[in-house]
Amino acid sequence: MTSTKPASTAAPPRQALAVDTFKHSPALGAALALLGVKGSVPLLHGAQGCTAAAKVVLVKHFREAIPLATTAMDEVSTVLGGDANIIEAIATLYGKSKPKLIGLCSTALTETRGDDLEGAVCRLRQQHPDLAELPIAVIHSPDFMGGLQEGFAAAVGSLLETFASPGPTIPGQITVLANACLAPGDGQELKDLLEAFGYQPLLVPDLSDSLDGRLSEAPSPLAQGGISVEQLRLVGRSEQVIVIGESLAAVGARLAERCHCSLTSIPQLMSLEAVDGFIHQLSRWSGRPVPERYRRQRRQVLDALLDTHFYFGNKRVPLALEGDLLQGMVAFLQACGAKVQTALTPQIGDLALLGESCDGAHLLVASSQAAALAQSKGIPLYRLGFPITDRLGQGLRVSIGYAGLLRQLIELGNILLEQELAHPVHPGG
Amino acid sequence: MVHAPTNRELLTEPACSHNPAAKGGSAKKGCAQKAKPGDAQGGCAFDGALITLVPITDVAHLVHGPIACGGHSWGTRGSLSSGPQHYRHGFTTDLNEHDIIFGAETKLRQAIEAIARDHRPKAIFVYATCVTALIGEDLDSVCKQAAQALALPVIPVHSAGFRGSKNFGNRLGGQALLDHVIGTSQAPRQAGPSINIIGEYNIAGEVWAVEPLLEALGIRVQARITGDGRYEAIAAAHQADLNVVICSKALLNVARTMEERYGIPFIEASFYGSANVSQCLRQIVDHLVDSKLADLSLIDRSEALIATHTALMGSQLEPYRQRLAGKRIVLYTGGVKSWSIIAAAADLGMKVVATSIKKSTADDKARIEELLGPDGVLIEKGGAAEILDVIARTGADMLIAGGRNQYTALKARIPFLDINQERHHAYAGYEGIVALAREIDEAMHSPVWEQVRRPAPWEQEP
Repeated sequence: MTSTKPASTAAPPRQALAVDTFKHSPALGAALALLGVKGSVPLLHGAQGCTAAAKVVLVKHFREAIPLATTAMDEVSTVLGGDANIIEAIATLYGKSKPKLIGLCSTALTETRGDDLEGAVCRLRQQHPDLAELPIAVIHSPDFMGGLQEGFAAAVGSLLETFASPGPTIPGQITVLANACLAPGDGQELKDLLEAFGYQPLLVPDLSDSLDGRLSEAPSPLAQGGISVEQLRLVGRSEQVIVIGESLAAVGARLAERCHCSLTSIPQLMSLEAVDGFIHQLSRWSGRPVPERYRRQRRQVLDALLDTHFYFGNKRVPLALEGDLLQGMVAFLQACGAKVQTALTPQIGDLALLGESCDGAHLLVASSQAAALAQSKGIPLYRLGFPITDRLGQGLRVSIGYAGLLRQLIELGNILLEQELAHPVHPGG
Repeated sequence: MVHAPTNRELLTEPACSHNPAAKGGSAKKGCAQKAKPGDAQGGCAFDGALITLVPITDVAHLVHGPIACGGHSWGTRGSLSSGPQHYRHGFTTDLNEHDIIFGAETKLRQAIEAIARDHRPKAIFVYATCVTALIGEDLDSVCKQAAQALALPVIPVHSAGFRGSKNFGNRLGGQALLDHVIGTSQAPRQAGPSINIIGEYNIAGEVWAVEPLLEALGIRVQARITGDGRYEAIAAAHQADLNVVICSKALLNVARTMEERYGIPFIEASFYGSANVSQCLRQIVDHLVDSKLADLSLIDRSEALIATHTALMGSQLEPYRQRLAGKRIVLYTGGVKSWSIIAAAADLGMKVVATSIKKSTADDKARIEELLGPDGVLIEKGGAAEILDVIARTGADMLIAGGRNQYTALKARIPFLDINQERHHAYAGYEGIVALAREIDEAMHSPVWEQVRRPAPWEQEP
């Protein structure tokens, strides 16, 4: 822990209290990332409730069974230390379902008491020689450091540190570090795009293969798809490492430095300019022309921009989203002619603050947690982010690339169009 | 300072049939349940305390802890309110690293002040979490000082998650009501016989299916503890004539302590299944008549009411009975609810072929064995694999369980109904059985089952 000076006791009460926060625990974010690794099970080192609460939210959002285990810390282990709980939990999980990866994530409880997770894993391997080869990633994700996006980044960082190693470049392979705000559908869109230019993409993590909502033959207590541990070992040997989202910039830079790969960072893929730039780059790298399918899709985007611009123009939109998604959505809205009225990340404010700053707004953009607020203000809510519990199909949603642009232009355009038809606005009103 | 009960004290609830000491067994064992690392499912004591207390609608619930505790839980409960909405807000001190190192009592005090100023609730409940318990935050004294300064009840709840299971947390919530709320009201007693309803959380509005029955008999509900609850009414709960504990071993400490302190007797009852609802009404009426709080005519009136509702329910159930008769259910839910849902299934002519007994007491188990008959399967252990195995073995048509197991069933292409706290439909009372029948019928007879079980045409070719 780093120490800072004690705050003045005269701090305004507002900062002492979060009201209807949309921040989520870093451990939840870490678990989400781990679910994009095939055959994995995230294990939260904390009280039972740390796991149960995260699991409920993930299940409601994705409408899928979510593998998520707990070390079940109790009063005694909180006092004496959680080593034995970690060892018992991993041995139990291995005995039950032979996972391909266990992601051991800390929580506020166990970081505060100072459990040594790395040490516990060493002792586990000594005590259980049969588990000597079991892949285990240790992730430090205490609640008091950031939110979902930060925990997700910590897990991606740990996966890279634990498994990726330098080696001869594998021609045609591209590694994509995909941030917490990219839905499974976004991952599929990225993979399709890279494959269209002849690349073999490796997504870290790859939620598109595990949480895309498909019925498998046999239900499993492990993540049903995703990048495999074997593939994770190769991600440092790609022609390119592409980082999407600023939250992963640091872990991407570390990978590139350690494995000597070429690194490209892209903040977001939600605006036309950003998508154009990315596709142009892929075309130049690969030496292949942009496939006809994407040229055609781009023309559809241009047409949709024309059709929808009447309704977006000067519309005031407050947003409350995780940082990476916020950046993409702000770029998208501004490029459509809408005005960003307020832009909040969970670290900047809560939904109470969003409520105070949405007077005269035409549309709110936030997760389902803002549904009651939107209703009380009489402002339509475009559900984006995490969790979305009152709409179906989160596993299939696409918000990036030309496909995402089209979808968002039409969905948002329809809401604004409906609003205009219901409440004709006097010119200048 | 109020004595905060230790785990040991709370785990040896004398009125609870889980407790071996209550029946002359070993006093040391109590109700301690040790969660198994790597295997445990379910919430912690903090979660349980919220389940019990958050349904109190006109108070603010402030979580003193880091983000996971308050961030994930607000706004997700299915408890409904007929009025105030304070309980829907998520208040938390959202502790950061600095707070944990240097202590956050000042922050907590400021948070309490901000809530009192901006939201004006009837009271503020302050929940301890693992981290605040670990770093030794003095919740009792902060709450006491704030209460004096603000002239508002500010109630500490010692709900650190590591103290135990969700059920244990329910009990901690009840203990906070006993220590700080019940008996504190000076309001004049209202006329007429009255009861408290304990352990009913008004999920999907269930209590609203039962209260009209009581009203029709002139029986007033003094306090709902806690579904659609109001602070003042609970503070005056000691004025009631009878406590009715619904499907809850976890809040028996509330009923038993109120009997000791205020001489209010209690009964245990269930609102699920017509036989249980009728029995519950009869027990209440018998008590009021026996203790001369109502005259004998109440018995006739209650029998007439039961007859009317049972007949109406019977006619409404008829179309479903034909479609559901003989269908087989696997039930996976906790404690008392197991046997009360078995009774509800009986109303529909359905058979429960297996049920969980993980959280059931010896009494519950005996009752379940009797209700299930010799072929009934009792599920001792938890877990998705176990549930699916039992469904396969028994050839059951459907799983009725908590939301946590929804995808266990659906992914195995088995019809499912949610019976726990996140459901959208009310199943209590006579009306509730009809709703339950409708939901089971819809789930079981949906045309999707045939489609999802049928292989793709090319997979059928040899």
